[in-house]
Amino acid sequence: MRFALSAEQNDFSAALDDYLSTADCDAAARAWADDDLGPGMKLWHGLSALGLLDLLDSGGSLVDLVVAFERLGYHAVPGPWVETAAVLPALAIGSGGRLASVVLPPHVPYGLDADVSDLRLLLVDDGVHEFEPGERLKSVDRARRLFRPEPGARIGDGVPLAFEHGALATAAQLLGAGEWLLATSVAYAKQRKQYGREIGSYQAIKHLLADTVTALELARPLLYAAALTASARDVSAAKVAAGQAASLAARTGLQVHGAIGYTAEHGLGLRLTKVRALVGVWGTPAFHRGRVLA
Amino acid sequence: MDLDLPESTLAFRAEVRDWLAEHVVTLPSFDTAEGFALHREWEAELADARLSVVSWPEEFGGRDASLVDWLVFEEEYYAAGAPGRVNQNGLFMLAPTLFSHGTPEQQARILPKMARSEEVWAQAWSEPEAGSDIAALRSTATRTSDGWLLSGQKTWSSRAAFADKAFGLFRSDPAEVRHRGLTYFMIDLRADGVQVRPIAQLDGEPGFAELFFDEVFVPDEDVIGEPGAGWRVAMTTANNERGLSLRSPGRFLATAERLVRLWSETRDPALADRVADAWIGARAYQLYTFGTATRLVEGAALGPESSVNKLFWSQLDVSMHETALELLGPAAEVAGDWPDGWLFSLAGPIYGGTDQIQRNIVAERLLGLPRGDR
Repeated sequence: MRFALSAEQNDFSAALDDYLSTADCDAAARAWADDDLGPGMKLWHGLSALGLLDLLDSGGSLVDLVVAFERLGYHAVPGPWVETAAVLPALAIGSGGRLASVVLPPHVPYGLDADVSDLRLLLVDDGVHEFEPGERLKSVDRARRLFRPEPGARIGDGVPLAFEHGALATAAQLLGAGEWLLATSVAYAKQRKQYGREIGSYQAIKHLLADTVTALELARPLLYAAALTASARDVSAAKVAAGQAASLAARTGLQVHGAIGYTAEHGLGLRLTKVRALVGVWGTPAFHRGRVLA
Repeated sequence: MDLDLPESTLAFRAEVRDWLAEHVVTLPSFDTAEGFALHREWEAELADARLSVVSWPEEFGGRDASLVDWLVFEEEYYAAGAPGRVNQNGLFMLAPTLFSHGTPEQQARILPKMARSEEVWAQAWSEPEAGSDIAALRSTATRTSDGWLLSGQKTWSSRAAFADKAFGLFRSDPAEVRHRGLTYFMIDLRADGVQVRPIAQLDGEPGFAELFFDEVFVPDEDVIGEPGAGWRVAMTTANNERGLSLRSPGRFLATAERLVRLWSETRDPALADRVADAWIGARAYQLYTFGTATRLVEGAALGPESSVNKLFWSQLDVSMHETALELLGPAAEVAGDWPDGWLFSLAGPIYGGTDQIQRNIVAERLLGLPRGDR
């Protein structure tokens, strides 16, 4: 029993951070929301070069996948990453570098970036179908470009693990987004002054941030365990806990930042809205709690 | 990264499970004279099977069990519904302190008797003017030949009504302030000058006592660590109390499993979410502890993350019991395991430093936020 990331996994995480920190992911996310996909596709190719797209197909483990998606969530990287890097391998379909959009009703009712995806898969009745992008919908997270699916021909059989992979990768993104919200809020609380001193010296602020770090720290091991066991109960526990922790981090982050956090100019909003969207897809908290008690 | 337990641990788990299945008894509360005596007998029986202190060295009654084996022992112990540990203050607070700071003579003299609960220990931290703020202690230790004379008052001292000995901090250098000038003493509660006044807790039983000291002589051999360095010594104990040892995940997992079983009797949909969250919380705490164990085995020390532990388990424990009481409905007011456990859980956010103090520690030492007015 050794319940900690390996040195290689920590290095992989750090390498992703190095790349994403200099890539201006926030600008790419905003451009993506405005249908300017250029900067986002540059990230797509850059991360692909780091091995992210075929991580599972090239011998990586689900723990490696979780490590990677934590960083994607932290940096709010736009695009159908869950579908392409986590779900396709569970269906034994290689992406070949292409974008994939996956719909899995009722948990994933809309196709993310379906208009620009090369593979559009609708998983229903234990089968894999094609779909065409229909009506476009506006997500609470503007960087999530959503389309109603128009079902097409059945092209294969579904695999139960597809949902577990999607839920796990989504949970990892939630945790990563929560980490960014906490780190940014702590940094801001150390520098922002009100009534003559740093707001981080007030107990009311300290206690919000202490509760947030506690929730995040306790959600992380659930995520790693779910990646090891891939059991429905562990995946569901991870999705619920990561969603709760990230939601707390989002509300805390907004409260600590005040009005600046409520502006579209600040990166906080990118994560706050993404967290809200991700809490609801790949299984709602109510659905996952039901699986925990099943 | 893996969660696979070694063969030796699985064998140990099976041995513990079998032994407990044959021996576990239901005992009255150890906060009664009768219950206290029966708990001593239970502890001696555990010690005969070398199961009272499995992680200690063999010379003191243990098995040199690894941290992971100890965690597995705890899971089995609480899953079997075995009695609470009457000597928990000694086993989980004083013993780790003695392993870190005690002399070989102190370890040899104290630990074997503690392992059998021949000597049961009370903690004597709090004073009327110093609860979580331990640095505000006023009770004094004055130097005399071959030892010290202790005077003052301690309060809310758990197990002190029936315990044999106590451990705590006294101010040995009146010229120093706050954290400096405190010394860590072990005290015989039967010594001349000690008065023990039991205090009933919310359940009416004397779980607490006030301790009055009037020039109580304590020999030098019962000082732990250097005189004046008691704060540093005590922090070892505090981290153990808040963190790993006193609140191992085993008891929360057992409570969560019992809660899920209770819920299954009615499957009340209005409470399903809370029951699921209880199980998720207990599982999270178990896994978080596996992570801590991995770091400790690899040489790390327990630090401010102990406060993260304490914040988490103290709230988890209260919410699990509140959920159980809601499931029981009006019957929840009738004394029994769940209401008793609920009363016990309410103490969690207070002792060992209140949850508010823990949040300050987490914010300042883990997140690096500036100190400010309290």
